[in-house]
Amino acid sequence: MDISFALTGKGYVIVAADTTAARSIVKMKSDEDKIKVLSPHLLMAFSGEPGDTVNFAEYVERNLRLYHIRHTYALRPASAASWIRRSLAESLRSRSPYAVNLLLGGYDTATHTPELYWVDYMGTLTSVPFGAHGYGSYFALSLLDRYHDPEANLEEGLATLRRCIDEVSKRLVVSPGKYKVKVVDKDGVREIEL
Amino acid sequence: MNSFADRFATTGTAAELRRIKEYVADDEDVSDSMWGSEAGFGTMAHGAPDFMVPSVPDPAAFLRLHTDDHADPSCRIKIKHGTTTLAFRYKGGVIVAVDSRATAGSYVASGTVKKVIEINPYLLGTMAGGAADCQYWETYLGMQCRLHELRNHERISVAAASKYLSNLVYSYKGMGLSMGTMICGWDKTGPAIFYVDSDGTRLKGDLFSVGSGSTFAYGVLDQGYHWDLTDEEAQELGRRSIYAAGHRDAFSGNTINLYHVKEQGWQFIGNYDVSEMHYNGPTGTQGYGYSVRVEGRSSANPPV
Repeated sequence: MDISFALTGKGYVIVAADTTAARSIVKMKSDEDKIKVLSPHLLMAFSGEPGDTVNFAEYVERNLRLYHIRHTYALRPASAASWIRRSLAESLRSRSPYAVNLLLGGYDTATHTPELYWVDYMGTLTSVPFGAHGYGSYFALSLLDRYHDPEANLEEGLATLRRCIDEVSKRLVVSPGKYKVKVVDKDGVREIEL
Repeated sequence: MNSFADRFATTGTAAELRRIKEYVADDEDVSDSMWGSEAGFGTMAHGAPDFMVPSVPDPAAFLRLHTDDHADPSCRIKIKHGTTTLAFRYKGGVIVAVDSRATAGSYVASGTVKKVIEINPYLLGTMAGGAADCQYWETYLGMQCRLHELRNHERISVAAASKYLSNLVYSYKGMGLSMGTMICGWDKTGPAIFYVDSDGTRLKGDLFSVGSGSTFAYGVLDQGYHWDLTDEEAQELGRRSIYAAGHRDAFSGNTINLYHVKEQGWQFIGNYDVSEMHYNGPTGTQGYGYSVRVEGRSSANPPV
C-alpha cells in the first residue's frame, strides 16, 4: 500500500510520496515517481490500484496540457481539482472505475495562495491544510493536527514532513524506505532531497 | 501434549459437562456455590472459575458465529469494542490515559466507561477489546493479587501480576476472549508497564497504546515523548494523545481519564471532556484543536 503526505505552509505546498512499487509481497521497484507535475504550478500525488494509478495520472496530465495549449494558460488549481474530481466521479459509475486516490498541491498565482486538495477514488474533493493517503494517514493526521503550522517556512514545513515519515518508519510494520518530495510555490515546481 | 490438546478440545469439555450433569443428577444451571453457602465466592478457592458452556459440539465456534460483527453486521450479540488507551513510563513514574467511549457496532453504547481498572492501590489495568472480559478478568486478577499479599506478606510485582493474567487468558486461547490490556504499577523495581493481550502476548516496555485509536495516539505520543518529561509535561502528553485519538477515531472519544502512578501508588488526575479539550484545553486558555490552534493564520503569500 502506498503512502503519501502533503502539507501547506507560508506560500508553498509540499507533496511527498513513497517510491516503492510492490506486487504481492515483492518490491518490484524502489525509485518510482508517484508525483506528477500537471502544470507549472500543480502537483499530483497518486496512489491506489496498480495500473489504474499511472493510467489515470497520464489521462489527467494530457487533458490539462491540452487545456493549456488551447487556452494558452493553465487551469488554476481549484478548477483543475474540480475537473479531476468530476473525471473520477464519472468513472466511479462506469464499467471499470478508476481506483485512484490523489493529493493535489498547487499554487494559485492569481491569489498568491498555496492550495491543497484531498481527493479519493469515490470522487470526494476537499480542500485541506494537510492531507495523507494510505496507512500513513493513521499515524500522520493526529501528528499534523498537533504540529502543522500554516505559516511555517519551507524548512519548518520539511521538518514537519520528516516527523511524519519518521513516525511511519517507527510504527508501520511494512514501512517504505524512500520518499520523493516535491514542492510547489510562486516559482513553480521543484523536487527536494530530504 | 495429548492432555494439553484435551484441555482445549471443546468437544471434550462439553461431553465432560454432560457426564458430570448426569452423575450429580443436577439440571440446574448454577453451581451450589451461588446459593449462599459460600457467599458466591466459592470459586475463589479453586483458581480460575469455570463456566457453563452451551451444549453444542464447539462452543467457541458457536460464540464466534453470533458475535463476529465484521462478517455479519446483523449478528445477535454485539460485543463492546473500540477504544484508545495508552500508558508510558518516564522518570516521574507511569502515566495512564484512556478514553471513555464504548461502541457496539456503529452504536455508541456509552460515553462514561471506566477503562482504567484499579486493581489495587499500586496496580492499574487498562481496558481495550471486550469490555466485559477486561473488567471481569482484571477484577479477578485483583483478587488473586490480594491473595498473593496475604500468602507472601509482600505486594505482588507488576511482572508477576501481568504474568498471572497472561497465563490465565492463554489458557482460554481460541475460546473467544478479546482483551488488550496494559498492567501498570510501581513495585520494588520501580515503575513498570506490561502489555498483555488475549492471544497470550505479554510485553514489557516503556510506551504502549492499545485500541482502534492507538495509531492516532502514537502519532502524538511518539513525537512528544522522552524519558525526562516533567510530571506536568507527561500528564499533558497523555491527555493530548488521547484527545488526538478521540478526535480522529470514530470509535474513541467522549472523555479522557488520566492516572499517574508514583512510588506511593496511583493517583487519579482527572476526567476531561474531549470536546472541551478541543475548544478550550485543560486550563480553558488554549484548545488542542487544529482549527483552534491555527485560528487567524494563513498560508496565503501576497507580495508586500
